[in-house]
Amino acid sequence: MNIIEIKELHKIYDESEVKVHAVNNISLNFEKGEFAAIVGPSGSGKTTLLNMLGGLDKPTDGNILIDNTNLHKLRSSELIRFRMMNIGFVFQAYNLIPVLTAKENVEFIMHLQNKNKKEREERTMSLLKAVGLEGRENSRPSKLSGGQQQRVAVARALASKPKFVLADEPTANLDSKSTEQLLSIMEELNKQEHITFIFSTHDQRVVNKARRVITIEDGKVISDIRKDVESDSK
Amino acid sequence: MGTNIKLAWRNLWRNKRRTLITVASIFFGVVFSAYMTSMQEGSYTKMVEIVVKFYSGYMQVHHEDYWENKSINNTFEYSSELKDMILANKDVDDVIPRLESFGLASSKELTKGSMIFGIDPQGEDKLNQLGLKVREGKYLQPNDSGVVIGAGLAKYLQLTVNDTLVIISQGYHGVSAADKFPIRGIIKHVSPELNKMIVYMSLPKCQEFFGAENRLTSLVVHVIDQDHMKRSLRRLKESIESPYSIMSWEEMQPEVVQQIESDRAGGVIMKAILYLVIAFGILGTIMMMIMERRREFGVMVAIGMKKAKLASVIFFETLFIGLLGVISGILFSLPLLYYQSANPIPLTGQAAELMEDFGFAPYMFFSVQWEVFSQQAISVFIITLIIAVYPVISILRLKAIKAMRG
Ligand SMILES: Nc1ncnc2c1ncn2[C@@H]1O[C@H](COP(=O)(O)OP(=O)(O)OP(=O)(O)O)[C@@H](O)[C@H]1O
Ligand SMILES: [Mg+2]
Repeated sequence: MNIIEIKELHKIYDESEVKVHAVNNISLNFEKGEFAAIVGPSGSGKTTLLNMLGGLDKPTDGNILIDNTNLHKLRSSELIRFRMMNIGFVFQAYNLIPVLTAKENVEFIMHLQNKNKKEREERTMSLLKAVGLEGRENSRPSKLSGGQQQRVAVARALASKPKFVLADEPTANLDSKSTEQLLSIMEELNKQEHITFIFSTHDQRVVNKARRVITIEDGKVISDIRKDVESDSK
Repeated sequence: MGTNIKLAWRNLWRNKRRTLITVASIFFGVVFSAYMTSMQEGSYTKMVEIVVKFYSGYMQVHHEDYWENKSINNTFEYSSELKDMILANKDVDDVIPRLESFGLASSKELTKGSMIFGIDPQGEDKLNQLGLKVREGKYLQPNDSGVVIGAGLAKYLQLTVNDTLVIISQGYHGVSAADKFPIRGIIKHVSPELNKMIVYMSLPKCQEFFGAENRLTSLVVHVIDQDHMKRSLRRLKESIESPYSIMSWEEMQPEVVQQIESDRAGGVIMKAILYLVIAFGILGTIMMMIMERRREFGVMVAIGMKKAKLASVIFFETLFIGLLGVISGILFSLPLLYYQSANPIPLTGQAAELMEDFGFAPYMFFSVQWEVFSQQAISVFIITLIIAVYPVISILRLKAIKAMRG
């Protein structure tokens, strides 16, 4: 079953003199449990696509349905709430709130969801354990390495129990070892808990881990390859 | 709410130095303003005290026509019912009778217009330590048939203690009044003007002189506590009926009130400028903070934090800066001003002489009334509220992706 349906999506930037057709008629579906990479040269429209998918930007034309909710038909306050309840985000940088500890950062979104203390704490601890940060829960972001910070960001993205996680170049600022660690954690969460990850990347090693690779160029999908791995339970 | 406040508080200390500098600017502003206000209010209190002690008392009861036409004919009979009725008010400490009129005072060759005060020597002394102001001779006895006159008047008429003063005037209902009075003492009155024209007489002698048996122009009402004056005035205004009327010192001496008000206004302008400077300092800090944290705000909104919630965090941050400044400023000025009010600053030079002439110790007095502090707290609070509008608006207008792109 598709959890995301992208239909004839367009994004044209026309604020400046030159019009940029950043996303040009993209239609894509994603199923639950996918581990998909979006690749393509710089300026090909990856960020633009992910931003629209995350409800952060409005398409010029076309629709995005998430579990049959038309994302861009929501009012802006509903959209913020929809993001909070349904979408996990990992950005390239500045993900964490600097004044909160790792634990508090993960808990933060559950505060926004008004989850009770017991649930918050249990989930936070299990997520931090899952991303290998047991024992560092009381450190502030400035005391963590870039890789550790991104792992906290992944834990936070999952804290809200989202339908899927969007990650725009999550490893761009990381060294190869941290990239490796982050990817295997994401892979693990995907396999064990069927978390849907959609991420963009430039990094070939990251691409290699993906089970589906969508290549875009000039705002168009030029290839969409599924590597058939061990068949998951549907 | 709890998390917002926690976040705000921690954010405050991200840039410790900047926060401390901003807080310090408010702190100094508050201390300076409180000090200035305290000094001003202290001097007004003294001024009022002078007026009240030596002229009018806090309140006076008159015949209802007296204030419009200060004639000996607009006097009233001094009845014990009236006195008891006023004394029944629990804020009232004492009432002192006076009979005031004008006359011509003469020595052998010289004559001068003068003010004649028929007073209860003991009561008046209790109210304003009049006895202590006597420079030569003695103060009046209860039924004295002599007079005590102002030093200026004595000098003009070239009279001294034990000389005779002649007074001519018009008495109650047109009877003529003329008599000779031995001078018992010479007084240095606090008001240079009155000093040149005042004649004190015992009340019975004065009533006899003016043919106004048992009549008064005014009853000075003394309240226990100045702070309760307004309340007791309100009550007395209700209970005192025609043909009597009661007036506060403010009604009797509007020029003093006006002088205080205009001086206060000058102070307000100075403080307003000071606080304006502080306000721009706070605004600068808040603007820098918003700029530095745009990406972070973008992420917070992107992951699903409502803008209103984020705005409330920043609102609390602004509020905290204001609160820290005000609280520290007030905590510092409180003991400082209590100390200063207990230990007024001695004055020297002309100012000191002037005050001594007025019968006051030559000191700079400080007030520790609540307004001195609350005024600063309210000012800073209002400034903070106004400034907090800026971050709130800029967050409500924030576009998450734009902010994250930096
Ligand atoms: N706000 C904007 N206004 C105008 N043009 C924009 C805007 N954002 C992106 N673009 C343009 O849209 C195109 C796609 O940009 P996008 O950021 O999506 O690319 P990308 O694939 O994420 O690139 P990169 O790999 O460098 O991150 C580019 O040509 C870019 O210049
Ligand atoms: Mg990009």
